[in-house]
Amino acid sequence: MTQIVATTPGLYPLPEWAKDELADLKGHQKEDLVSGDEGEDVQAAYGRAREDVLDQQQSAGLDRVVEGQLRWDDVLAHPLVVADTVETGGIVRYYDNNNFYRDPIVTGPLAATGDVAAELTAASDHLNGEAPLQAVLPGPYSLADLATDEHYGDEAAFLDAVTEFLVDEIARFPAVETLFLLEPSLAANPPGDGADERASKAVDAVADATDADIVVHPYWDALEEKVYAHLMDAGVDAIGFDLVSNPDRNVYLAGEYGTKDDVALGLVDGQNTLVESPGTIRERVEWFTEQSGEGFGTVYATANTELFYLPVNKFEAKLAALADAADIEEVTA
Amino acid sequence: MTGPREQFRPTDHDNDHFIMTTVVGSYPKPKWLHRTRDLYEDDDANFEDRHFEEAKDDAARLITREHEQSGLDVVVDGEMRRNEMVEYFAGRIDGYEFNGPVKVWGHNYFDKPSVVDEVTYGEEWLVSEYEFTSDVATRPVKVPITGPYTLASWSFNEAYDSEEALAYDLADLVNEEIEALVDAGARYIQIDEPALATTPDDHAIVGECLDRIADDVPEDVRLGLHVCYGDYSRIYPEMLDFPVHEFDLELANGDYEQIDIFTDTEFTEDFAMGAVDAHVAEVEPVEQIKENILHGLEVVPPERLTISPDCGLKLLPREVAYGKMENMVQATREIEAELDAGEIDLDAPAARADD
Repeated sequence: MTQIVATTPGLYPLPEWAKDELADLKGHQKEDLVSGDEGEDVQAAYGRAREDVLDQQQSAGLDRVVEGQLRWDDVLAHPLVVADTVETGGIVRYYDNNNFYRDPIVTGPLAATGDVAAELTAASDHLNGEAPLQAVLPGPYSLADLATDEHYGDEAAFLDAVTEFLVDEIARFPAVETLFLLEPSLAANPPGDGADERASKAVDAVADATDADIVVHPYWDALEEKVYAHLMDAGVDAIGFDLVSNPDRNVYLAGEYGTKDDVALGLVDGQNTLVESPGTIRERVEWFTEQSGEGFGTVYATANTELFYLPVNKFEAKLAALADAADIEEVTA
Repeated sequence: MTGPREQFRPTDHDNDHFIMTTVVGSYPKPKWLHRTRDLYEDDDANFEDRHFEEAKDDAARLITREHEQSGLDVVVDGEMRRNEMVEYFAGRIDGYEFNGPVKVWGHNYFDKPSVVDEVTYGEEWLVSEYEFTSDVATRPVKVPITGPYTLASWSFNEAYDSEEALAYDLADLVNEEIEALVDAGARYIQIDEPALATTPDDHAIVGECLDRIADDVPEDVRLGLHVCYGDYSRIYPEMLDFPVHEFDLELANGDYEQIDIFTDTEFTEDFAMGAVDAHVAEVEPVEQIKENILHGLEVVPPERLTISPDCGLKLLPREVAYGKMENMVQATREIEAELDAGEIDLDAPAARADD
């Protein structure tokens, strides 16, 4: 019997009060953004905001709770931006969106910082075992793709270094139930011959670093067939499919090449205020299951993208819709 | 088309060469204007519409003059009446609703609207803003207007089958407004399409929008297009087919890494180049800006070069914004003088900087 697990890919919008408070404390320029050395006031504000979003997910009834990544000013590039040998360059566009992050320029050998682990530990302490915690990280291919390498000098060597960096970060994590590795670049800027296999091996190495269930989640589009075929070789528990951006192509991939025993489905549009009903979300799960001809142990029902693109009221409505959709399944199963 | 440009040369311009200086549009609002808006939005404050209108008039007057004082050839009012480049227009178009702020980058947010119904012209957009500014100004006034593609792309679309269909409906509304602005006397209109950089594959949609907009605009009206923070190789040289005289592009932020794109294929229109960074709160020295301007001369000759900041200056401290404009103008005038004196080799302008 399929278990529907309502979750999200993290990177939440800040609560309204925190938007104002943190803008006042930090400022509006490039140099004002989080670099891992925030003062006490800023840390305290983020701490309160983190607790808000943890509580919110629990009241909505989500089956996995994320830390929210509210500090990630540089979006998925954040884990690198706080590292010692990384400088930040100009602001650059975040995929094809009206969002920007500072270009992380790697100027020396990368070493893990424990920054993400500290966030997860704080979240875990607050949850106190009352809800299963899900970690969120950029996948190695996307993190390397978002950065500029001025040290390693070779694409493959850089990917290896970023992979090792992520493995070392994960080694510092507290116990988590699930780890979402977000890999939008695999779809948005697909690796070519050779690089596709390396990307899959990098995901595999990162997945190997933890006992948590691993979901690798590409989005913005469907993967190219060869990229998908290689990714199937990675030792992950589930691969994600963005059913908002490209449902037909995604269901084709799963039907043609098969997929893992579990699956993550991007069912809710992380970039539009139109709120999907729980019934619609559930229909999309059924459509994918029927069309792909697969039976799944677990379906992670999620938004297709990060959720910071949304105004808070619609973000909250989408969390509730996801949680309610999973509940419908439990009742009728 | 390279357009009607001489009308913007000041009568007291000292140099033979004329490299036009202007700004993209937005400028930091005086603190008191923000406080006034807070009062206006506070139901308990007994602060009436006319009080808020007076404050906006005062701010527009002040900033227009501040632009003139810095020496700019073409000025705007710093968009003192506008809250944000999409919100301002969406608030005047029927069919939009607002749900709350969303992040652009860091702590810079905008109240991204949702299109929930067919869009139609609601309240007046810019004509009274233009009339007021041109009344106050002694220099020519440019009118920045957010383009239809950006208005569509930076909204949540809950109502239309496609963003393209929404963009074309909005283009008709922008066309209506530009006709009204031209009737009111506007001669320099800049269409802001930063969203083109986010989805460069849609340049044909932007082209179609601009065709609709430019259709009935008279020859003596200068049309510009502002695009920023993107990979220009994905829209250039295709964008040269757009029916505008000038392209205003951010380049200082990326330290002119992309300048070669515009020299590899001839830049056949006017080039308005970002010569100062809009997101670094330090005023660039005149010497550095002069070196930046030389990059522009690699792309077009002086008579087709316009110098402006990368983007709107509204997020900077006001004194920094002013300092950037002032140094930008001084740098431009010094380059003009050096051109007059034959000290810059236009076949290899950057070589001079290294001499």
